[in-house]
Amino acid sequence: MQPTNLTIQEIHQLLITKQLSSVELTQATLQRIRDIDPKIKSYVTVSEELAIEQARQADERIAKGENVTPLTGIPFSMKDCISTRDVRTTCSSKILENYVPQYNATVTNKLADSGAVLVGKTNMDEFGMGSSCENSALFNTHNPWDLERVPGGSSGGAAASMSASLCSFSIGEDTGGSVRMPAGFTNVTGIKPTYGRVSRYGLIALASSFDCIGPMTRDAYDCATVLEHIAGHDPHDSTTYNSPVPNYTASINKSVKGMKLGIPKEYFVAGMEAGVESAMQEAIRTYEKLGMEIHEVSLPHTKYGLPVYYLLLFAEASANLARMDGTRFGLSVSDGAKDVIDIYLKTRHEGFGDEVKRRIMLGAYALSAGYYDAYYLKAQKVRTLLRRDFETAFSKVDILLAPTCPTTAFKLGEKISDPLEMYLSDIYVVATNPAGVPALALPAGFSNDMPVGMQLIGKHLDEQTLFQVAYAYQQVTDWHKQFPNL
Amino acid sequence: MVNGLLSIVFYEVIMSTIDTKTVKHVAFLVRLGISDEEAQTFSGQFSSIIDYFNMLNEVDTENVPPASDIANAENVLREDVVKPSMSREEFLKNAPQSERGYVKVPTVLGNE
Repeated sequence: MQPTNLTIQEIHQLLITKQLSSVELTQATLQRIRDIDPKIKSYVTVSEELAIEQARQADERIAKGENVTPLTGIPFSMKDCISTRDVRTTCSSKILENYVPQYNATVTNKLADSGAVLVGKTNMDEFGMGSSCENSALFNTHNPWDLERVPGGSSGGAAASMSASLCSFSIGEDTGGSVRMPAGFTNVTGIKPTYGRVSRYGLIALASSFDCIGPMTRDAYDCATVLEHIAGHDPHDSTTYNSPVPNYTASINKSVKGMKLGIPKEYFVAGMEAGVESAMQEAIRTYEKLGMEIHEVSLPHTKYGLPVYYLLLFAEASANLARMDGTRFGLSVSDGAKDVIDIYLKTRHEGFGDEVKRRIMLGAYALSAGYYDAYYLKAQKVRTLLRRDFETAFSKVDILLAPTCPTTAFKLGEKISDPLEMYLSDIYVVATNPAGVPALALPAGFSNDMPVGMQLIGKHLDEQTLFQVAYAYQQVTDWHKQFPNL
Repeated sequence: MVNGLLSIVFYEVIMSTIDTKTVKHVAFLVRLGISDEEAQTFSGQFSSIIDYFNMLNEVDTENVPPASDIANAENVLREDVVKPSMSREEFLKNAPQSERGYVKVPTVLGNE
């Protein structure tokens, strides 16, 4: 098997037994990017020199046997909204196209400390606003399983780079499904951790009360490994939890027998593609065979998840993106500007794409005098009800199962002209973010030769159970071991 | 009575249509330059999106408190100690224009 298809766990064994070096693996990854990525277009920037240097240092650590972690020497890619010192960080926006951060995100530092090797930054919907990667202001990314289809979004480049074996793990970011939805479209495992489990310092904010950085990997074991290394308290982000990060991998193989699996009835309604529905039924039967108890549960406010999420996201984004003003960093359009407001108007007009413009305007509208109570405050109240739905469900069951999307990956261009239609593709993944609960996406089969994703949703801070239940499934299925023909 | 009724009708009308004037107003609120043509396109799209959001009116939220945080975080305090931070020179690397250690922008306050 080619080394770029291996799991982190498998590569680690080869590295520490000196059957493979990090430099060899990194060079193989960079070569594959040169060969394959021109048709996928998952990377915005490939940091070749840095990667080779980090790989060399990783090999030294391994040779000396000092400070070797499970991630030492492993090549990874990262969504282009996470700051990397001296490596361009664009958010796939014209306004940050030439922006080079002067500092690292906490996640970037943690991965560097663990010895992981950054090979590049991946494409996304501009500032994370989208579900297909088509809102990237730079270029479209293609689904490795069918180049005419989208990889999902907004972490579409991250998912595609993982799926096409152009890295050994990837770091995505999930504000309202942006890790799970593309993971489902591309046959990748990925987690949105509990809000506050991973530091947001250095993550270019979309909606600060929803944003969660999370790993995308070949399987649940790798996902647990990466989360162990990036999670934890950070003095630079006061919303991070102080509680210690569990050793997720240590008990990942515990039996799931007797655990209670909840099936939210509101998620299994008309409109789901037949192949997605049958894959979910098959997964439920698999869990039954593994000894889990299956219970139907109700999340009565599910259909309001989408309007709550989008309203609050628009409001938070309109405030967060105010910093892109053309005066301190990024694009600046000052030709003929008579005052500073003129610079703002011109820079933002030229620098933002249509979806960003729509969202920040609608956010300002929902927050403006006369509409604040009807929209913003109302959405925050319904958000409380969404949280209560999950609390009630988790008083009866340990974990929930649902699809990541009603369909498999759609065609490029299919939904881009209708913003509302595009928002509806997020229907199954958005409710978890306003509630803050963790959710893990994993491959669950194929429908018309395209991958089907399912997600497991857990209690606050109970990533452990998500990994355990996902791991149990991946011991008896091999969907996650299927690779696209490229 | 008639007044009250009229205001309800008026309210319903503005809820479902966002005209170009409103679009231009919110564009200015977020400091976004906008052309007449763009305002026209956004106006149509906003009306259908806002209509969809109006679905929330079905939900009874009487006595439901608005969500305020999701990490259940308490106030986080720390000692106010001076620590090294990014140098001025480093910070200004990304500034489009700078002069004598400051970010340079055109007139902020009116000069008449």
